[in-house]
Amino acid sequence: MSGDVVLRVENLKKHFVVGHTGVIHREPITVKAVDGVSFEIRRGETFGIVGESGSGKSTIAYITMGMYLPTSGTITYDGRDLFAEKKRPIGLKKEIQIVFQDPGSSLNPRQSIKQILELPLRIHNPHANRLEEVIRLLDLVDLPPEYMHKYPRQLSGGERQIVAIARALATNPSVVVLDEPTSALDVSVQGKVLNLLIRLQRELGLTYMFITHDLSVMRNLASRVAIMYLGRIAEVAATEQFFSNPQHPYTQMLLSSIPVISEEEEKLKPAKVVSTGEIPSPVNLPKGCSFHTRCPYVMDVCKRVDPVMVDVGQRGGHIARCHLFEQPPEVAQQAEAVAASQEGA
Amino acid sequence: MSAQTPILDIKNLSVHFRVYGGVLKVLDGIDFHVFPGEKVGLVGETGCGKTTTMKAILRVLPTPPAVIPNGEILFKGQNVLKMSERKLLDMRGQGISMIFQDPTSALNPVFTIGQQLEAVIRHASPQNHRLSRSAIEQRARLALREVALADPDRLLNSYPIQLSGGMRQRVCIGMALSTDPELLIADEPGTALDVTIQDQVLRLLQRLVDEKQKSVILITHTLGIVRQTTDRVYVMYAGNMVEVAPTKRLFAKPAHPYTQGLMAAVPRLSGGGISEGIPGRIPSYMNPPVGCRFHTRCPYAMPVCERLKPPVFTVDDEAHQVACFLYDAPDKVQAYKQEQVAV
Ligand SMILES: Nc1ncnc2c1ncn2[C@@H]1O[C@H](COP(=O)(O)OP(=O)(O)OP(=O)(O)O)[C@@H](O)[C@H]1O
Ligand SMILES: Nc1ncnc2c1ncn2[C@@H]1O[C@H](COP(=O)(O)OP(=O)(O)OP(=O)(O)O)[C@@H](O)[C@H]1O
Ligand code: SF4
Ligand code: SF4
Ligand SMILES: [Mg+2]
Ligand SMILES: [Mg+2]
Repeated sequence: MSGDVVLRVENLKKHFVVGHTGVIHREPITVKAVDGVSFEIRRGETFGIVGESGSGKSTIAYITMGMYLPTSGTITYDGRDLFAEKKRPIGLKKEIQIVFQDPGSSLNPRQSIKQILELPLRIHNPHANRLEEVIRLLDLVDLPPEYMHKYPRQLSGGERQIVAIARALATNPSVVVLDEPTSALDVSVQGKVLNLLIRLQRELGLTYMFITHDLSVMRNLASRVAIMYLGRIAEVAATEQFFSNPQHPYTQMLLSSIPVISEEEEKLKPAKVVSTGEIPSPVNLPKGCSFHTRCPYVMDVCKRVDPVMVDVGQRGGHIARCHLFEQPPEVAQQAEAVAASQEGA
Repeated sequence: MSAQTPILDIKNLSVHFRVYGGVLKVLDGIDFHVFPGEKVGLVGETGCGKTTTMKAILRVLPTPPAVIPNGEILFKGQNVLKMSERKLLDMRGQGISMIFQDPTSALNPVFTIGQQLEAVIRHASPQNHRLSRSAIEQRARLALREVALADPDRLLNSYPIQLSGGMRQRVCIGMALSTDPELLIADEPGTALDVTIQDQVLRLLQRLVDEKQKSVILITHTLGIVRQTTDRVYVMYAGNMVEVAPTKRLFAKPAHPYTQGLMAAVPRLSGGGISEGIPGRIPSYMNPPVGCRFHTRCPYAMPVCERLKPPVFTVDDEAHQVACFLYDAPDKVQAYKQEQVAV
């Protein structure tokens, strides 16, 4: 739990307008892709983000990269607001880089590996000896120098992803956003790529925002994990806590659904919580807790009042957003009373 | 089950690609079959030929560069490789559906989900062709609901770019199921899905096979999914089928050295860090290793492995087969090992 905060995300929102309703009362239809997300990433850690498909993970990644502007809320890097200026200054841009999920489409097929790696150098480090830098980058990720003359299609999926990692490192960033960097790879190649990422983190002191669907990978890689559901965070915990003592009902459902390959791991999973119900549409979020349509513990209050984040661990740093943990119970009752009076008004 | 005739039966199939500079000998005489109502898993390293095998079944391999020097593919007793264009269309429309690996390229970016889904349903069969627009739309909505997609109306009017990766993947699954196929081929159907939805989709697949006696071929790198959903598993390495076994047995007692390496590389929920993977890389298909294609990476390689291609041996009983000299008769194995000492 050492380390100062590098990236602070505060009440981040991103709403997309995807259409309009009727002809007369034209109201925008919005998808609340990210809807009030806060977390901190500490220097040198691997902060994992897991969640439902469509829960807004990539959107957070893209906002962090400056590819989207937030609807509201902020992200600060080393205390500097990433969105203070219209265009992100180059000096700030170089600090945060990204590796995308699909190694096929994120590399330009018409450029050689050398050209691909040179591009960020041209912008961020124009005075460097480019050839030397390209060789250094390839060496950093364990690829032989002759690879610079190859084209993406001549590489395997794993090698392409390794080139994408090298490209992300070209600017000497301190934070790397990894948006499902290995989900297109088989376990053996995935092992190589993940070990490379672990080694680079150690050698270069990198901080990772690591997005994945694979909870077994998360278990072995992340220092802390955040769970997202429909644009919001449901639970944050240190990895050990997260797996040994999951609190939020969605987390429990998630952990009990992990496909594993041995009886031994089967025993580590929480009792099976059968996943049922529809995922609500992100344009039409249910009132109250957005998980209530699928939650096995749903209570009356859940259908009316949105739960708030509360501390659920003994040692702090373990938080969950669920009425089951709101102590004392009067708080929940009060919240319900407020909701009822508002409804009446 | 084995008394039945397989719905799909591949015998001694080879597929080569003629490319600049030579011939890639990718599939190297594989045998593979699926019984009606059976769920069969297919696993193996990136580039080992899984998708190529499936494309051969549907006859969608680009020719050139692909050539099929030998082998046959029987779907319900008929050789796909010799089928007329008409029969082929029927087979793709109603017989076999495939969920392709990459949902981004499987969907056309310039048409809405609704336009694409409705076209697939309409062209599935002559009967569907005569359905009214609203009936087709109704079936499209149903197809999306079946894969746990809420708000089908919004989705039907959306373009692929407006959906998250996982939603696109579920659209593809819904599309493949919408034509009510007898054999469903799912190539990495779960990669973009979170495990609770993955679980739901897989249970949906399971229900489909159980209720309607459908067959499924499931290709995935997530071995846990194979363990959970399939009856039998084939393991492929560099264009060879190296092992086949009932799922339980394969996970309890993997026989082929490659399968053992693959299992060891899976990240465990019990922790223990990330494995380095199997040392080395998949060999070149231009000059594949002589003998066992795995010998360059195999910790147990013997001199015989560099000379001869291992035939299929039986482990315990007929259901579990492995292409590796270690499973030859004990006295022969002894002799192979002594040869190694002599060298
Ligand atoms: N440019 C856009 N326009 C409209 N809607 C969008 C856009 N980008 C994303 N969305 C919507 O925002 C939501 C979140 O999408 P996002 O890609 O962030 O999810 P994700 O958590 O990364 O999902 P996955 O695990 O499937 O990759 C989805 O409902 C998606 O349809
Ligand atoms: N059209 C083609 N031309 C040339 N080579 C090809 C072609 N299609 C496939 N190959 C080669 O055949 C081999 C097998 O590819 P295939 O796509 O079947 O692998 P896979 O087992 O599905 O891998 P993955 O797990 O990565 O999807 C690869 O080396 C690939 O480069
Ligand atoms: S707030 Fe209620 S519905 Fe939401 S997760 Fe907690 S118990 Fe379930
Ligand atoms: S045949 Fe030989 S090289 Fe091939 S897997 Fe068996 S022991 Fe290893
Ligand atoms: Mg995403
Ligand atoms: Mg494939």
